[in-house]
Amino acid sequence: MIGLDHYLVISAALFSLGILGVLTRKNAVNVLMGIELILNSANLNLVAFSRFSAGNLNGQIFAVFVIVIAAAEAAVALAIVLSMYRLLKSVNLDQADTLKG
Amino acid sequence: MDKMILSQVVFYLFAAMTIIGACVVVFARSLIYSAFGLLFAFFGMAALYVFLGADFLAAAQLVIYVGGILILLLFGVMLTHKLYDLNLRTETYQFFPSLLVALAVFLTLLGVMMKTTWHNPGPLPQDPTTAEIGVLFMKDYILPFEIASIFLLVALIGAAMIVRRRA
Repeated sequence: MIGLDHYLVISAALFSLGILGVLTRKNAVNVLMGIELILNSANLNLVAFSRFSAGNLNGQIFAVFVIVIAAAEAAVALAIVLSMYRLLKSVNLDQADTLKG
Repeated sequence: MDKMILSQVVFYLFAAMTIIGACVVVFARSLIYSAFGLLFAFFGMAALYVFLGADFLAAAQLVIYVGGILILLLFGVMLTHKLYDLNLRTETYQFFPSLLVALAVFLTLLGVMMKTTWHNPGPLPQDPTTAEIGVLFMKDYILPFEIASIFLLVALIGAAMIVRRRA
């Protein structure tokens, strides 16, 4: 029987993989992909708790809001990445140190 | 009983697809491979939502993540690399410390999860959720709903402003 635990384990694995992606990648777009993984894992948790533990649909409503935030975040972050590419001719995060004293 | 086993097999298949897709995102050398790994991860997530009885969210996941965010990320890849730069290599750094951190996070989450006794009255009945989500949005969550729409509008205008070329 598939229970709450299964979803929680999948979600924890996705979250850790997302953190690994954010920490190790040099490419800004790749870091964004890691952030999307983290947001998705949070969503999976919300929906799983909504189904197994809460007995109502509030968790799914929260998941919809998370999706909205993720869409806005992707749009703004890619805009920033594009202007960074225009400025530095690179999306390597190590080179974005213009503000460094 | 047979149906039970079949649904478990399908569940594990989709769970594996999600996790392997996420692994490809994190470990692949090529940015394009990462993007396609993300595609599989998103599809697997949509299937898991179906298993959870969240039909509206599964559709939203496909439309917004696969149709929107993933395409946006691919645009990001394509616009920030020269097209003749076919391999699109990406480097990693601080790999082993990060691996340690990620493993620690994973094991901590797992430990907490196993120790906690969740309030678990059993799964909801599998009714279609779309109508009820719509009612909740229009009744209990009307203010967050409106704020989210304004927020999305502001974010999109802001994104367009940021990438606009200065005249």
